[in-house]
Amino acid sequence: MSDVSALASPLGVFEPISRLVAASPVFPSVLGAFESTPFPDGVTHYAVGGTLVGLGVAIVYLATAITAGNSTFLETTLSYVSDLPRFNQAKYVASRDWRVVLALSTVAGAGLYTFLLGSAWTTDVGLWRLAIGGFLVGVGTRVGKGCTMGHGVCGLGSGSRVSVVNVAVFVGVATVTALAVAAAGVSP
Amino acid sequence: MADRHPLFYPVIVLGGLVEGFGLAYSQMAKPEVVLGFLQLDDFGLLLVMVAAAVVIGAAIFAGVAFLGEAPLTGTPYRRRLTSMDRNVLVGGAIFGVGWGLSGICPGAGYASVGIGNYPILVAIAAMFLGAYAQGYWRARTADDAAGAPDAVE
Repeated sequence: MSDVSALASPLGVFEPISRLVAASPVFPSVLGAFESTPFPDGVTHYAVGGTLVGLGVAIVYLATAITAGNSTFLETTLSYVSDLPRFNQAKYVASRDWRVVLALSTVAGAGLYTFLLGSAWTTDVGLWRLAIGGFLVGVGTRVGKGCTMGHGVCGLGSGSRVSVVNVAVFVGVATVTALAVAAAGVSP
Repeated sequence: MADRHPLFYPVIVLGGLVEGFGLAYSQMAKPEVVLGFLQLDDFGLLLVMVAAAVVIGAAIFAGVAFLGEAPLTGTPYRRRLTSMDRNVLVGGAIFGVGWGLSGICPGAGYASVGIGNYPILVAIAAMFLGAYAQGYWRARTADDAAGAPDAVE
């Protein structure tokens, strides 16, 4: 299994997973497909898009010192409609307005891309996956104090060890979950 | 809100526009692309996260090391640090199952609306439901009564 070491070396965080995957007889085709190139669709749009994502967060940070993740928005927005004290903590109420503006601007920014460079697109992923997955994302990001942006971008960018741990856990678990769902024949 | 710097909201709008444009440009707003990464078909998403983390990392380093306070808020620049506890692991694992199942996370979910992907509204509604369930449940547990610290990020 020479492809396993090639897979693992640049991506230390995936090493245990790739071993696990390689050890399973279920996934050889997955690894086989990976031998060609890790980036079958090229790298430019990923690198440029990621840089822009970082730039957007950096603009807010440099102007305000706020590391603006995207999942706290869920809780702070609930404070508009829920009386639960948890959602009405002073720090949530204080940030809820700009978090709504940030989320809507994120929608608008993606809309701008679609208008200028892309075309409208809809997913084929089943609604039940979106519903159950979305629910767990809502629970998990709030329990774990951050999401892909909070821990994955701002936390890692801060060199936070807690974020490294959180990201390793959610990427690892998500990889196993996605592979298991695909192996069960659910697609997309 | 009244005491905000007049440029505060314009900056939030600009940041959100650039972030959303980038999420769409990177294709991360498409669950299929995220799932392709998680199924080890295409490692592009790693580039998205690394590029974004490097850019914000440079901004955070510059702010903390050289700049002192942010111009619009007067707040000192800080790194994004959270406390380590069991919740970091448990929450990460729950988030991981949800992300692996749906291929969508909060920021990419909002951007997904902007690319016309209206079915994603189901996922966003479910995220609110999940956040509510989590808050409701936590409000009923003793360890949160004192207002256990949560990240605001």
